[in-house]
Amino acid sequence: MLDYIARRGLFTLLLLALVSVVSFVIIQLPPGDYLSTYIMALQEQGEDVSEAQIETLRAHYGLGLPIYVQYFKWMWGVVRGNFGVSFEWNAPVAALIGERLALTLTIAVVTMVFTYLLAIPIGIYSATHQYSVGDYTFTTVGFIGLATPNFLLALILMFLFFKYLGLSVGGLFSPEYLGEPWSIGKVFDLIRHLPIPIIVVGTAGTAAIVRIMRGSLLDELRRQYVITARAKGLKERALLFKYPVRVAVNPIVSTIGWALPSTISGATITAIVLSLPTAGPLLLRSLRSQDMYLAASIVMILSAMTILGTFVSDLLLAWVDPRIRFERSRA
Amino acid sequence: MSGTAAAVSTAEVRDERYYLASQWQLAWRKFRSHRLAIAGGWVLAAFYLLAVFADFIAPYDVNVRSSFIYMPPQRVRVLADGRLRAPFVYATTSEVDLHSFARTYTEDESVRYPVRLLARGYEYRLLGLIPARIHLFGVAEPATLFLFGTDNLGRDFFSRVMLAARVSLSIGLVGVALSFVLGVLLGGVSGYYGGTVDLFVQRLIEFLLSIPKIPLWMALAAALPVDWPVVKVYFGITIILSVIGWTGLARVVRGKLLQLREEDYSTAAVVAGAGDWQIILRHLLPGFMSYLIVTLTLAIPQMVLAETALSFLGIGLKPPAVSWGVLLQDAQNVRTVALYPWLLLPGVFIIITVMAFNFLGDGARDAADPYR
Repeated sequence: MLDYIARRGLFTLLLLALVSVVSFVIIQLPPGDYLSTYIMALQEQGEDVSEAQIETLRAHYGLGLPIYVQYFKWMWGVVRGNFGVSFEWNAPVAALIGERLALTLTIAVVTMVFTYLLAIPIGIYSATHQYSVGDYTFTTVGFIGLATPNFLLALILMFLFFKYLGLSVGGLFSPEYLGEPWSIGKVFDLIRHLPIPIIVVGTAGTAAIVRIMRGSLLDELRRQYVITARAKGLKERALLFKYPVRVAVNPIVSTIGWALPSTISGATITAIVLSLPTAGPLLLRSLRSQDMYLAASIVMILSAMTILGTFVSDLLLAWVDPRIRFERSRA
Repeated sequence: MSGTAAAVSTAEVRDERYYLASQWQLAWRKFRSHRLAIAGGWVLAAFYLLAVFADFIAPYDVNVRSSFIYMPPQRVRVLADGRLRAPFVYATTSEVDLHSFARTYTEDESVRYPVRLLARGYEYRLLGLIPARIHLFGVAEPATLFLFGTDNLGRDFFSRVMLAARVSLSIGLVGVALSFVLGVLLGGVSGYYGGTVDLFVQRLIEFLLSIPKIPLWMALAAALPVDWPVVKVYFGITIILSVIGWTGLARVVRGKLLQLREEDYSTAAVVAGAGDWQIILRHLLPGFMSYLIVTLTLAIPQMVLAETALSFLGIGLKPPAVSWGVLLQDAQNVRTVALYPWLLLPGVFIIITVMAFNFLGDGARDAADPYR
């Protein structure tokens, strides 16, 4: 087990390093260097930029130095929590994204919990009541849910709420709590606003898991051990949950690690449509204005979160299921 | 007597046909019994035909503006004075309320304008080659025929949705073709050689699977220069989508190769002196082609969705290019949508397309394993 943890840990570190390289490439992608964009932005605001100032900035970002030196200079800052400066907001990146990332993660995690709590029972029901009205209903809804892109679902929900209930949904807080420090009231306000984002982000994932659960449970139910157990007089309920469900749930459990990246992906684009105060809208805005330190930091931290999430889920899985421990340490 | 004999012999013939059928014939049989997959196939065939002949079907030029701003979808009527008639429309006049600036459209019911099949309209090139002016349908001036209404510049939304199908439907195919090359190349190397190369490719795949795709796509797409022409952006986006999206294919290729390279016929090929790529492409690949087709079919809708999402956000394709995602940009504001709900129609097309591909893929997956 220790050997496995060490191996996964090392690999996770490697992945994190790779993510940082990719993020650094993203910073370098737009034409022209960051500084000239920054200086132009300053001049547009009517600020005079002196030669001395330019030189200081140049030295600070290590521009003109070889590219790998620039990378390590940036990384050295990142490790100490300094992600660079957003010129659009004229503030350190870390200060801008802290709370937004926390909210993104909250939405993603709550969505995933709901997804599994909802999808697995539905999958079991659909499989045990194959071709019933309920099964057909869930299957149809699932197919539509799987085919509807997040942002479109968000738009449709917003449209329906606005048109028929006169409500404008969106955001995560009521106006009176905007910009307020955290309090019990604000937390409850957040909980009241969560359902719509959760529905939008979770639908596709739920549909996918229902389908997998239904399929694999149906395969299991045809096995001979089920017939044997039934013939020996085991109660249908006990039989179902004791063996086939536990086997059928395996493919879902073993891909939990990949569910987080896709949930975060979905949350990013949903947040833009629903204008949630999370990382998504800020990322889009920073990309549009080529505020690259901000954009790259968001991409990097979102990716780092999912990589760490995958790591944690790998460890949990190995702890729960010894087969995975063996299989993956061989690979 | 003779009746039973005939029945037996037809059963025998059927049996014989079953045993002599090739794998592809068996797969086709199984596929045909999957009704949703067949339906999905027909829908897609219709959509791709629509896309190919989009400018023949579209009655108006996508970029020509009119004075009919945000006009609701027009009704084609068949009843007049209580009698059934050939399809026709009424001419429409618009009025602007000077107070609220709201436009109201009223139909002038005095003159009927028949909807004419194969009417003359704007000039285009059929299949990109043959200059033509004939369109599937149209009406004479001053009547208009806006089946899906018009947008904020008074452009015919139906024509725009039709033309947009070209980009939206083709980007999936082009993207998947690119992913296919990458997937077979990297998955092939990884599965066939194994060892260090395999380890490296596997880690690369795990890396791509463990980071959220949309933020990365967004960052890469936003870096495409703004002054690029439409075609270049189109290929840029496609490349970005497939550079990150090849992993699923590579996993299938690798898994199957690992299994098949141990088979006797692959050893025989090695002994006979065949080169590595010849063995992979000629001897091993056909063995799991059906699985590849399934994976490809299920990968196409993902590409379609990704392009739509990027274009919707304004960092994919941009106007004057039209794709379903670009058209949905106009629907970003919920108040606009509440007033002009037909702006959501491209979304319906996206959902139908993706569902059809999913059904097709499901059917193909069942058919890929005809012996089960």
